Amino acid sequence: MKLKRYYPIILLAGVLVLIQLITLVTGTAYYLTQLTMAAYYVIVAVGLSMVMGYAGQISLGQAGFFAIGGYTAAVLTTIDLTDKIDRPLFSFLDKTGLLIHKVTLYGDTIVHLSPWISFIAALVLAGVIAYAIGVPVLRLKGHYLGMATMGFGIIIYRIVLGTHIFGEADGISNVPLFPIFPGITIGGDFSIRVVNYYTAWFFVILAMVLLLNLINSRTGRALRSLHGGEDAADAMGVNTARYKVKAFVIAAVFAAAAGVFMTHYNGGIGPSESSVAKSVRYVAIVAVGGMANLWGVLIMGLVLNFLSLRGFFGVYDDAVFGIILVVIMMFFPDGLFQPASLDRVKRLFHGK
Amino acid sequence: MENDIILSIHQLDKSFGGLHAVDRVSFDVPRGSIKAVIGPNGAGKTTLFNMIAGTFAPDGGRVILERENLTGLKPYQVAERGVFRTFQNLKLNSHMSILDNVLLGRHTAGTAGFLSGMLALKKSRREESEARKKVTEILEWLNIAEIKNQEVGNLSFGKQRSVELARLLAADPAVLLLDEPAAGLNMHETDELAELIVKIRDQGRTILLVEHDMSLVMDISDEIVVLNFGVKIAEGSPSSVQSNSEVIKIYLGGDDD
Repeated sequence: MKLKRYYPIILLAGVLVLIQLITLVTGTAYYLTQLTMAAYYVIVAVGLSMVMGYAGQISLGQAGFFAIGGYTAAVLTTIDLTDKIDRPLFSFLDKTGLLIHKVTLYGDTIVHLSPWISFIAALVLAGVIAYAIGVPVLRLKGHYLGMATMGFGIIIYRIVLGTHIFGEADGISNVPLFPIFPGITIGGDFSIRVVNYYTAWFFVILAMVLLLNLINSRTGRALRSLHGGEDAADAMGVNTARYKVKAFVIAAVFAAAAGVFMTHYNGGIGPSESSVAKSVRYVAIVAVGGMANLWGVLIMGLVLNFLSLRGFFGVYDDAVFGIILVVIMMFFPDGLFQPASLDRVKRLFHGK
Repeated sequence: MENDIILSIHQLDKSFGGLHAVDRVSFDVPRGSIKAVIGPNGAGKTTLFNMIAGTFAPDGGRVILERENLTGLKPYQVAERGVFRTFQNLKLNSHMSILDNVLLGRHTAGTAGFLSGMLALKKSRREESEARKKVTEILEWLNIAEIKNQEVGNLSFGKQRSVELARLLAADPAVLLLDEPAAGLNMHETDELAELIVKIRDQGRTILLVEHDMSLVMDISDEIVVLNFGVKIAEGSPSSVQSNSEVIKIYLGGDDD
């Protein structure tokens, strides 16, 4: 009975295998690339769904956390440490196998940090920044919280765009592969496309299990009670300020992890990943997915990102997400994929 | 245990601008009793209540729960110490089911955190099943167990009051603060509520309530405090308060609902 919440996960796994087999049979395996990238965006969206849908706190700066993850991984795994390898810290890391020696195309040897180190550093950094931002900002409500988080997103965008170490407008390229375990490597190589597809969706499933567990627990209920009932939550002993910050930090860490994986998968990251348009996109996906509906968010995140990445929306890509957001906010402010939304559509057609 | 005081209010004081809303009010609440605070509109009852519950800090005075000073604590901290309140205009989460609303009442009984919840560790699962067991008992006791999966937003006002009370009981409160529990109820519902409050007291719990409904207060209260313009003008048993000349004057002379 407790396991009932995991049934859809088994179904999802089945669908994912089916999709892969279909691409295999029809010779359309190139779709797996976009499906892999969509998976990483879905991780950001489900994390945001927990903050927006369940805890009722808006964040218009989620792309900022994605970028913090991606850029941290990119910088730490591309900086050449050859000159510094004699320093105690780096020689220690080298001995423990946490530095990678690599020969470049031109025959030079470069030394860089292990992606595992940069992955952990990225999560910690995103968590710390989310905490530092969250404590003051989450005291705000409604539009004010939206504007403050958007301000954060803009700051991150301008920093990566204007800073030399982040590659300015070009971003960072030549980010190495991320060998997670023997046989499982995140990277854009043709030969590991299928592995990457399954790895990415494994992380989505992991994120879903963690979030589904959370929302069905004591802490999850306390989070949900914040949505429209903060006074009651407070009166029942919920430290509302702390819960909001923790939810915000968890969503930020999810976004950063997705950013790290995506950066290794793409072999680089550019400033557009931290743009406000991207943040709006995540909010639009959460809204259209039903706000407090992790499965709806997953499905819409998969479909919309896949179409977007396939170029289906053409030059109007960002506009499509903007329109989705406007329509949802006007007609379905609690999000689509809700029982109440269906009633509303019925009423629309039956007049009153 | 005649003189066993669980909650003690000392010289509580609060002004809003020029208005002295609560003027150095003191009284004790004996353990296992029903104590009511009454008074005309604007007498400072709700302000007093909000200070006890931590909604705002008093300008002066103290709230003592069994030798522990609650003054200046935030509402969630007051709750953590076993004092739980209801709200005059009901504060339930209309997005959540009855069951989830009442389960929120078990919040302070648990300790499992985010990580434990996300990983569904044993501690989190054990707390959850204990909470559900306890909440089911309470819902059955209040005759709302069959509708526990309904969303609260769809319920009648009377039923919502029951849910709010269930949530409070789920918390296993030492002291219940009931803010006008009969407001919005019809006569029949008010009678049921009166019976329920007495039953809750008979379980050994302490109840402090603010109420407009005089007959309810006179029927069930063990002791009554009367406020007028922020000042305590009388305190005692229902019969002694009823015969107090000053109380008669403000209730008959004033234009009160």
